[in-house]
Amino acid sequence: MKYLLLKHYRGGPAPVADLAPIDEWTPAEVDAHIQFMVDFAARLEKTGEYVDGQAVSPEGTFVRYDGEGRPPVTDGPFAETKDLIAGWMVIDVESWDRALELAGELSAAPGPGGEPIHEWLEVRPFLAMPPTVTE
Amino acid sequence: MNEPLLREVVPAVIAVLVRRGADFASAEDAVQEALIRALEAWPDDPPRDPKAWLVAVAWRRFLDAARSEASRRGRELAVEIQPPAGPVPATDDTLRLYFLCAHPTLPPASAAALTLRAVGGLTTRQIATAYLVPEATMAQRISRAKKRIEGQSLDQPGDLGTVLRVLYLVFNEGYGGDVDLAAEAIRITRQLAALTDEPEVAGLLALMLLHHARRASRTGPGGRLVPLADQDRSRWDTGLIAEGVAILQAALARDRLGEYQAQAAIAALHADALSAAETDWVQIVEWYDELLTLTGSPVVRLNRAVAVGEADGARAGLKALAEVSPDIPRYAAVSAYLHERAGDLEQAAGLYAEASRAATSVPERDHLTREAARVRQLAH
Repeated sequence: MKYLLLKHYRGGPAPVADLAPIDEWTPAEVDAHIQFMVDFAARLEKTGEYVDGQAVSPEGTFVRYDGEGRPPVTDGPFAETKDLIAGWMVIDVESWDRALELAGELSAAPGPGGEPIHEWLEVRPFLAMPPTVTE
Repeated sequence: MNEPLLREVVPAVIAVLVRRGADFASAEDAVQEALIRALEAWPDDPPRDPKAWLVAVAWRRFLDAARSEASRRGRELAVEIQPPAGPVPATDDTLRLYFLCAHPTLPPASAAALTLRAVGGLTTRQIATAYLVPEATMAQRISRAKKRIEGQSLDQPGDLGTVLRVLYLVFNEGYGGDVDLAAEAIRITRQLAALTDEPEVAGLLALMLLHHARRASRTGPGGRLVPLADQDRSRWDTGLIAEGVAILQAALARDRLGEYQAQAAIAALHADALSAAETDWVQIVEWYDELLTLTGSPVVRLNRAVAVGEADGARAGLKALAEVSPDIPRYAAVSAYLHERAGDLEQAAGLYAEASRAATSVPERDHLTREAARVRQLAH
């Protein structure tokens, strides 16, 4: 079963700790955080549970159709209050519980002072193809 | 025969089919199918004459496809079934393949994909892997590109500048997964350099070799980006540097300067320096001035500001930066660097953080975040 682990720049439940932005950490803390992410993905590749991981820029916009012959309407750059996706990891695991377990581990990435940052991660199951045999 | 050698004969095989009367698009498809069969069959049963094998299999494929197409349309088969065996293809045919694949009417990404397949001899799957897209998407991109250049004759002279731009793009793509696009770009540019007598082709090849020579030192643990000044120069590939410098010198001696030669000259000056402190920044600024005259590119103007900052001090660099539009990518990163060198640490930290938000790759973003953190610590 595939699951999407979504990381947000902002949005979602209120953060547990009000952490400083990453560029205000010490270089060693930044390194430790990045290394944790790299190691986490490498470990999941080894267990055969890693599918994909991508990061997206905080810059962007919302777009919608505005009728025939008109240019699309945009809304952005994003206001501070909006939920903003930072990136994702797709995992392919045995169960929902395993997905939660891994998301929990990922949320424990180290921050200032090497303490876990306790960030909220969103876990969403993929809607799969219907099975061939249904009866 | 190993895989790289197999790839090298692909453009010549396409040229044989085209000279026998096949159109480019069908010939290219047939050779691609023959190539995939070769990759399967040759490890167990290598042919005596690999090129003749590919020509024979590809030609049969082409005829089969043409026949089924003809019967589908109820028309006669236009090509002769048993053509005379062609002579060894002239190098011109291969050169024209470069021009066709990098045709100015093609979007750069399509031209790159088509070049990798028809000139580089890569399979669609390998190209898809390298660009991290599904194989079906890449197959469509290539087939649409071929439709777009349908009717273009292989006999027309082409635009070498476009070919070089496409190869430069492929080189800069680096490597994803199992396919090393930088190495492929070098190989294809080498072939091109052997076919032509243009100093700019040599200039591009030299530029690629000089950058490739530093590759091992450019990334640290966990894929972290190591800037030029911090690279372990003992890990630079001196063989590639020597080759790049020799090719560049021969090209410069022709006295027909172009943008790739000028860029290679800058890369060579970096490669020459035993340590970052020994870099000849004054000469590098002179080359940036040449490059600016040749291209007028705002990106060159931005990089020149860094060189001026090294040669004449950070304040001079900031003055040079004032002439650059702030919309240019990496402007904030350069501004941050020059402000740090000028001692404005608070401002530099803020600019590094701003630059990290505008970064276009994860290693670059992480590097700039780290720089922001480092400078903020210095400021306190």
